[in-house]
Amino acid sequence: MTDAAQRLADVVRAEGRLVLATLARTTRSLSVAEDAVADAVETALLRWPRDGVPDQPRAWLTTVARNKALDALRREAARTGKEADAVRLAQLSAPDEPEPSAVRDDLLRLLFTCCHPALRLDAQVALALRTLCGLTTADVARLLLLPEATVAKRLTRAKQKIAVAGIPYRVPDAEELPARLDAVATVVHLLFTAGHSGGTTVVRPQLCDEAIRLGRLLVALLPDESSLQGLLALMLLTDARRATRTDEGGRLLTLAEQDRTSWDADAIAEGAALVQGALRRSRLAAGRFELQAAIAACHATATSVPGTDWADVVALYDALLRVEDTPVPVVRLNRAVAVGELAGPAAGLTALDAIAGLDRWHLWHACRAELLLRTGRQDLAVAAWERALDCAPSPPEAEFLRRRLAGTGAATHGDEPAAVVDHGPRGSQEQGA
Amino acid sequence: MPTYAAILYSRDADWTAPEESSTMADYGAFSAVAGPAVTGGAALFPTSTATTVRVQGGKGGDVLTTDGPYAEAKEVLSGFFLLDAPDLDAAIRLAAQIPAAWDGGVELRPVIPMTG
Repeated sequence: MTDAAQRLADVVRAEGRLVLATLARTTRSLSVAEDAVADAVETALLRWPRDGVPDQPRAWLTTVARNKALDALRREAARTGKEADAVRLAQLSAPDEPEPSAVRDDLLRLLFTCCHPALRLDAQVALALRTLCGLTTADVARLLLLPEATVAKRLTRAKQKIAVAGIPYRVPDAEELPARLDAVATVVHLLFTAGHSGGTTVVRPQLCDEAIRLGRLLVALLPDESSLQGLLALMLLTDARRATRTDEGGRLLTLAEQDRTSWDADAIAEGAALVQGALRRSRLAAGRFELQAAIAACHATATSVPGTDWADVVALYDALLRVEDTPVPVVRLNRAVAVGELAGPAAGLTALDAIAGLDRWHLWHACRAELLLRTGRQDLAVAAWERALDCAPSPPEAEFLRRRLAGTGAATHGDEPAAVVDHGPRGSQEQGA
Repeated sequence: MPTYAAILYSRDADWTAPEESSTMADYGAFSAVAGPAVTGGAALFPTSTATTVRVQGGKGGDVLTTDGPYAEAKEVLSGFFLLDAPDLDAAIRLAAQIPAAWDGGVELRPVIPMTG
């Protein structure tokens, strides 16, 4: 790639979503805006290598894209003779360069449009990656492990619905805002969770990076929302352990096996500070993201598994159980594991066996196996691992379970602490997809 | 301004019966609140009065008439409104005030503008 082409790729990636957000507002059509931005990029690809990269690439792209959109809308207006298009044309013709604060507001509007509850969740996810992260359709497809044609169809349908059904480009009113913010946070969290636990590999780093980038954008746009700070903190604290989740061979490692010195100290510090701020803001009304982030902070800032403040962890899980919309059985499973660390494996086992409805979930059996082993019931532990393997775990998890199963014959792990797989972001895994 | 069809799905009731008077009063209240946003609509007799017509083999084929609604369901199409609203959010706010939304559901469908 030439310098100019590389520079263009970087600028488009960084600024494209801003140009798109402004044009989506002025044209009131995501399709028109997207086509115009794509045309502007194509023009830049032709001219920049020849004429050099302009001083203000974004302003250049905005102007060219606006002219392309004007052309497109003029053609459309001539064809249909509609009054509405004249209004859009007038708005577009205003040659003002948008203020940074206006661009910020445009992006916020686009965010709420892409995450509108009238769109299917899978469409929201694809739209967020395409428009807010500025990825190509091919990249979105690759990240979501879907055929490109499927993603293209999904995006086209979503954009058509936005246009035809009249999903507005606006920030919701104060009374609607909490529910709509929750929808936005759910989309971002879903992206992050998919990056962490989907597919055949353990972690898809780029998907996590995009989710964190969106999380940062949310916090920047709405700095007073503690749930968004909690969400970003949760992602940072979980992602700080990315490198140690697996060994060189791609095999899952337990929390106890992970090399804590390899955790990303900067991300942990940033995440922990965000958690403190979020909890201070939300006080007693802390939501699921603040609480999950606080739990992640307990793990990330502890020096070892036994050195973790398990009493705090159990208390936070108790608080999480009181929050609405939490997938309760999953939270209770994680809480039972923490109880096992705090009060011993027998107490953990009692807590685990008190949860109904997880019989088809491999992690429930896997956690039982670890706790049974530590109470000295190796025969029952083996049976529990076998049940876990019957519950269709992902390939890396199955490999881990088989490894544990094979290992029990050779050695006793009677007092090995926290032998469960690091269950990081799974607290809400069952909410989406 | 876009027009939306608000298609009402609710229990299968005879809205003219005396025991439905309070529900009908709720609909009256909605019409009063929505005012000029409502540009049309109709309430339908129960599905026990419905007749479904199908022409077998396409245009010009045999007319097949059956007693009852197109699809049997617990909640049935019981009426519709035509709503003028500036955008989907405004239409959703209106739809949430339609009594059918309280115990059934209201489907919002944008209406294709017919010109000329």
